[in-house]
Amino acid sequence: MHDTAHAAHQAPTSFIRKHVFSLDHKVIGKQYYGLALAAVLIGMFLSWLMRIHLGWTNFAIPGLHLLSANGAPGDVMTPEYYLQLMTMHGTIMVFFVLTTAPFAAFGNYFLPIQVGAEDMPFPRFNMMSFWVTLTAFIVLLASFFVSDGPTLGGWTQYAPLSAVGAVAGPGEGTGVVLWAASIGIFCIGQLLGSLNFITTTLDMRTKGMSLWRLPMTTWAWFITSVMGLTAFAVLMPACILLILDHVAGTSFFVASNTVINDQLQPHAGGSTLLWQHLFWFFGHPEVYIAIVPGMGIVSHVLITNMRRPMLSHRTLVYSFGALAVLSYMVYGHHMFVSGMNPVSSLVFSFPTLIITIPSTIVVLIWLGSLYGSKLRINTASLFSLGFISMFIAGGVSGFFLAQPSLDIMLHATYFVVGHFHMVMGVAAMFGIFAGTYFWFPKMYGRMMNETLGKIHFWITFVGTYCIFMPFHYLGLAGNIRRYQAFVVDYMQPLIPVHRFITIAALTTGAAQLIFIFNLFYSRFKGEVAPANPWEATSLEWSTPSSPPPFDNFGGKLPVVYHDPYQYGIDGSTGDYVMQDSPEQIKTVRDEA
Amino acid sequence: MATTVHEPPKLERRPATSGSNGGFRDMLPAGGLPRTAQQYAPPPASTGIWVVLAAIGMSFAALTSALVVRKGGSTDWRHFTLPSVLYFNTLLLIASSVTLEISRKRVAAFMGVGRVGEKPLRWLYLTLALGLAFVAGQYIAWRQLNAQGLYLATNPASSFFYVFTAAHALHLIGGLGGLLRVIMKLNNSSLRKTTMDATSRYWHFMDVLWVYLLLLLWMKL
Repeated sequence: MHDTAHAAHQAPTSFIRKHVFSLDHKVIGKQYYGLALAAVLIGMFLSWLMRIHLGWTNFAIPGLHLLSANGAPGDVMTPEYYLQLMTMHGTIMVFFVLTTAPFAAFGNYFLPIQVGAEDMPFPRFNMMSFWVTLTAFIVLLASFFVSDGPTLGGWTQYAPLSAVGAVAGPGEGTGVVLWAASIGIFCIGQLLGSLNFITTTLDMRTKGMSLWRLPMTTWAWFITSVMGLTAFAVLMPACILLILDHVAGTSFFVASNTVINDQLQPHAGGSTLLWQHLFWFFGHPEVYIAIVPGMGIVSHVLITNMRRPMLSHRTLVYSFGALAVLSYMVYGHHMFVSGMNPVSSLVFSFPTLIITIPSTIVVLIWLGSLYGSKLRINTASLFSLGFISMFIAGGVSGFFLAQPSLDIMLHATYFVVGHFHMVMGVAAMFGIFAGTYFWFPKMYGRMMNETLGKIHFWITFVGTYCIFMPFHYLGLAGNIRRYQAFVVDYMQPLIPVHRFITIAALTTGAAQLIFIFNLFYSRFKGEVAPANPWEATSLEWSTPSSPPPFDNFGGKLPVVYHDPYQYGIDGSTGDYVMQDSPEQIKTVRDEA
Repeated sequence: MATTVHEPPKLERRPATSGSNGGFRDMLPAGGLPRTAQQYAPPPASTGIWVVLAAIGMSFAALTSALVVRKGGSTDWRHFTLPSVLYFNTLLLIASSVTLEISRKRVAAFMGVGRVGEKPLRWLYLTLALGLAFVAGQYIAWRQLNAQGLYLATNPASSFFYVFTAAHALHLIGGLGGLLRVIMKLNNSSLRKTTMDATSRYWHFMDVLWVYLLLLLWMKL
């Protein structure tokens, strides 16, 4: 037996070591959660500014000139500033909320506990990953404060506009360099995180914890980290090449004879499509990185509340794996109208339709397992049901977008915006909420308020449908995306729809204050939680205290005897048997 | 109408899976002892270094495809001859891999048997020196290209040359840091086999990566 080189770092004593530069995966998880919380509030605020402008184009938002004197003279935002806000909204939300919260925050906190380890095997890299990610966030926000503001090229930063420099518009000089630097730094943070997740899952499992005894959340985090490893490793060189085009005069992404703002650009021979290939090779797996942890959380929460396992545990895991593998083959569906060879469109359209198969299998297993179950209704299970609803509603529009012939009409319209907000944005947010309400008792030893939680759920659920369903209608009606105002005659009748959406957005946004209040109030004044309030079976519920002690299990690592979801059994504690319980039972069903 | 009454088919109760304990995957395996992942899993440093190498490989794969696309679609590709010092550098790097393997075996012998006479440090320092010489040689190659008027932004071929060689050199300098760490740990007798193995795996990967890059640059540039 070799020397187990697992984390044997001592319990910290100083404040800085306990709460700031901590090696403890639980503290790092909470730090990531805090970062995501700050990011989502900023991203949501930016979306409010955008929505107000879309509904009432010449409205002077009080105080906006303080954010940018150039971008909002007289508090009315310029068209360029709208695009700058949109870019930052997208970048902050996709990277610093959707990749950070479900994966880095919850994964860091619970992955080692669920596999029965004391900590990750490389705690210093883990700590570094958070501080690197925070640095990336600060670099990104810094672009708000440079002379002509942040970049306006969208979170996708398409070349050549993103590569030619300040001639392309405000924010396209320093703003792009800061954006690319921020994202490049973010990639490093994610790679360090993925390193820890993969090695923990493969090498740090406790006695008896075979791979098939891992809970769904662990599988989801593991598969996500493999995707993250390969996807972020491609984005980083792309960002470096983009920075070189800016600061070193290279021409990776700018073609010859490019004229921008009546000025012939000195670059020659670059390929604008190259950026799109590099970006979307990362970009499509990225959206699965955003959603797969949520799928894991939803599965985990629903199983606990249904009091029975899913119809087939293995099929769910294989489907997650299939999603991961196929996600690399579909990226060109973002490029159907980019001018690439139409035969390539066919080559990408086919796997895009195939990838709907594992997604549908996952949804059908959820729905099939829910049918006939006596689901316990609490805020966590409500948000899980909401996730399924959002994933289906947002996902079906993907079938249409997957076909190049239809995408010609729908690309760059609000149809696409509605699709990805529902299937990725809102669904992943619901996954984050479900995880928060579910795991809060373990993280803080207190329950969140259920009444407030249910009010939060219903307003958010109805509200997000009110916001994003009309987007599909707008798209079909021809409403182009990334426009700051609708002056063309055929878009004028759509403005009342935009106003409705804006009111829904502001209302739903305000309702999130209920969640924020609940989060902070319950932290200090919430009802004290029992050790296992949900009567769940996985290892995080068998830690000796809530929150768990420094080394998770109080010095005595658990031994795992059972599959992860033994519910519906007569156990000594109720209708369930915990994974580390030495009771002998007849299993619920043999794994097929 | 004649009916034949058949016996119902005999169904065998087989376990659904071929678990080692006859299908009761729950509970304990046949031997009675729950197996530890840690008894069967490689040490985390070993898995970890493969993860790191996979990420680095993907990055260079992305740059390779960028090179192929950029070359394919352009009219301004200007071939140039690679500076010949690069071939000498390659030999240095291959030699450093050889010396690293020698030092790895010496370290294993030293740590295992505890003979004081062996000097694994000498070979480690030699590997370090060869690595530093490689980096210096790369710098010389850049200066030679500069002398020909080929800079980062001169033409796309030169851009890729600098990007690839600089990216590789930066990763190699990281590898030098790892070697230094191994030397320091050996000096205060806290070197673990896993650390030595992981560091040498990284170094050999840098070597193989360089040979691949040299071929790529020679073919394309």
